[in-house]
Amino acid sequence: MTTRVQVEPRIRLIGITKRYHSLVANDQVSLQVAPGEIHAVLGENGAGKSTLMKVIYGAVRADDGELMWNGRQVEIDSPDAARRLGIGMVFQHFSLFETLTVVENIALVLDEPFDLAALAQRVESVSRAYGLPLDPHRPVHSLSVGERQRVEIVRCLLQKPQLLILDEPTSVLTPQAVLTLFDTLRKLAAEGVAILYISHKLHEIQALCDRATVMRSGRVTGEAIPREETPASLARMMIGRELPHCAIPAYLGQRRTVLEVRALSLRSEDPFGTSLEGIHLTVEAGEILGIAGISGNGQNELMAALSGETPTAADSVLLDGVPIGRLGAGQRRDRGLGFVPEERLGRGAVPAMSLARNALLTGHRKGMVRRGLVDYAAAVRFAAAIIERFGVRCSGPEALARALSGGNLQKFIVGREIAQSPRLLLVSQPTWGVDVGASAQLRQTLVDLSREGVAILVVSEELEELFEICDRIAVLAGGRLSAPQPRAATDAEAIGLLMAGHSMSAAA
Amino acid sequence: MIDHLSPILIGTLGAATPLVLAGLGELVAEKAGVMNLGVEGMMLIGAIAAFAAAVASDGSVTAGLLAGMLAGVLAASLFALLALSLAANQAACGLALTIFGVGLSAFIGQSYVSHSLAGLPALPLPGLSQIPWLGPILFRQDPVVYLAFLLYVAVAWVLARTRIGLILRAVGESPEAAHAIGYPVLGIRWAATLTGGAFAGLAGAYLSTVYTPLWVQNMTAGRGWISVALVVFATWKPTRLLLGACLFGGVTILQFHAQGLGLDLPVELLAALPYLATVIVLVLISRDRKLLRLNLPASLGKPFVPGR
Repeated sequence: MTTRVQVEPRIRLIGITKRYHSLVANDQVSLQVAPGEIHAVLGENGAGKSTLMKVIYGAVRADDGELMWNGRQVEIDSPDAARRLGIGMVFQHFSLFETLTVVENIALVLDEPFDLAALAQRVESVSRAYGLPLDPHRPVHSLSVGERQRVEIVRCLLQKPQLLILDEPTSVLTPQAVLTLFDTLRKLAAEGVAILYISHKLHEIQALCDRATVMRSGRVTGEAIPREETPASLARMMIGRELPHCAIPAYLGQRRTVLEVRALSLRSEDPFGTSLEGIHLTVEAGEILGIAGISGNGQNELMAALSGETPTAADSVLLDGVPIGRLGAGQRRDRGLGFVPEERLGRGAVPAMSLARNALLTGHRKGMVRRGLVDYAAAVRFAAAIIERFGVRCSGPEALARALSGGNLQKFIVGREIAQSPRLLLVSQPTWGVDVGASAQLRQTLVDLSREGVAILVVSEELEELFEICDRIAVLAGGRLSAPQPRAATDAEAIGLLMAGHSMSAAA
Repeated sequence: MIDHLSPILIGTLGAATPLVLAGLGELVAEKAGVMNLGVEGMMLIGAIAAFAAAVASDGSVTAGLLAGMLAGVLAASLFALLALSLAANQAACGLALTIFGVGLSAFIGQSYVSHSLAGLPALPLPGLSQIPWLGPILFRQDPVVYLAFLLYVAVAWVLARTRIGLILRAVGESPEAAHAIGYPVLGIRWAATLTGGAFAGLAGAYLSTVYTPLWVQNMTAGRGWISVALVVFATWKPTRLLLGACLFGGVTILQFHAQGLGLDLPVELLAALPYLATVIVLVLISRDRKLLRLNLPASLGKPFVPGR
């Protein structure tokens, strides 16, 4: 800490404030990063981290506060201005052009004579030097999510940044790829690059970062040296209390197979999609089967085939021993299948419709339609009961779906499916973008539901989540599913190797 | 067999030229994400402007072609003002432009009906036109045909190999991302739209001053629409566009000969044949959804408002 006085900070924020109408996204936020320092910004979804980074990157203008760059006060009014200063940013949702090749994507952001062949060589040498191998001539749509992130990072590196911002960079990486990324970042820091690392994952920040600024509800709630803290003390700063944990009781009911998938193969119609190859799986009553893997490895296709959006061969999918592969989504729901899709707005719920009408969409089976006419009062009662039972924070059954926060809408959608007493529940990314408190509640809800004898299949990118709630875990990589392992018989490292596409024998 | 075929093939390139020109222009605009359905209208405006200018300048076809291009650019700027700067619905603006073009050209054309021009003589390329059989088919054409094929090479090269082409494709795929990395999306779309207008205007001018050098109301006869369809069915690839246009040209000439032979088929059906054949063949070759998805400019037809 004493060296800070001597070294001029690379960037220093003083009292940054940003308001959106009545919401204060950043309230008097100050932080500074020295050259060569890896600085964490730790906080939950909605704590104001992303807004703060957008202010630094010039995508959003602060209402108040000062920005000092290498000791000089600056105004950053556009991403272009930020880039010219030497600020590079790797976005959580990438800003790449899918139909262009890697080198074309990179050429678009560099101000230099147009020579793709020469640039391709530089891309190759820089990417190799930092342990991020890339084929410059591959089109971006053919790359895995992890490789796309490499493109973003290499694109930043070729601009020789003095400050590199990474927004939740590991959410799309396997545990092994995370280690490679950390090596790269340490190397960059050793060369004097200042790094701002945004995350909500405590153990990553402890492994990587020199210092941390913790944010909650738009304010800085603490500064820490992560290695000198415990996860519990960091969590207290981040969410104001201990990290909640799930209670996992044993299942005492009858064991029987509810969902069986046999040799399910499905050619993806989408050229950017993944075809499924010979998927076998079973889910029993009373258990949660987790499917790990990085998005884009067949998750969407598998969920579409199971939920009925994409019909398959009749005997590829069996519910309680009855072939349902040919049935559509509505017919499968009639037979007791519940589905919580990944996209909450647009697939799980209609954004512009009230919660009561959204409840009606799948809940109409519960006596809300009489002689072909909608009993709207029943839909309102149904929605109100879900709101009450699952603690959905909203203005009532007439609230529009799009007005709810991600966590509250997810509670409502999960609640709507549970209220129809399904025998099988499919859930995709149950807690994506949901704050810690609501995540814990959702996970506990799923565990409790399974212990009532419901079979549950969860697809998630969050390994920690799967290890917390699942009884067995399988990995979907490249459209193939690994053999499910009991949770106690596997670990994050083994699952990570499978996620990267290694077969079981290679992983052993 | 060859004796019957070569007169048809000789006419093919000329008949294909308006489609090549208008189609290339629309391809450039669509690659930048702008769907301009006003091609038919821009062609008609170009055709009447060219005819009027040629008449006014004692039959100068060059003056006519330049006036046609200028008129096409002006018509396209009307579209760009509404659909790009004011972010109005592109399909509606394009349809309006076509209706406007049909009406405007008929109105101005009233005083030119039954006028005719001398046209342009063929310009045999020395040496090349002496090649047996192929020579007359490919190298004994009027200068605009050669120009159209040079423009095809230029457009294909710019799109595939240059920074401008790369920026154009990037804007068409994701205007948001292009904006985020600092490109003036609306300016680039304006430029692409005006290029499309110049090409369509030239195509119309060729029809009225060279191909059939006399003024007939509504003389484009749906070629603008076929050009728009060609771009889609050619999956936004210049070479496929060229082949599609040549197919259309070939069948056009073929059905003229068939009419001449007095086949026992309704003339209307024969006249519809080029449109039918082109659409059927192109639908068949564009069934590959992968190719379609890879080449489709993802933002096609969607208005872009910076900073929203």
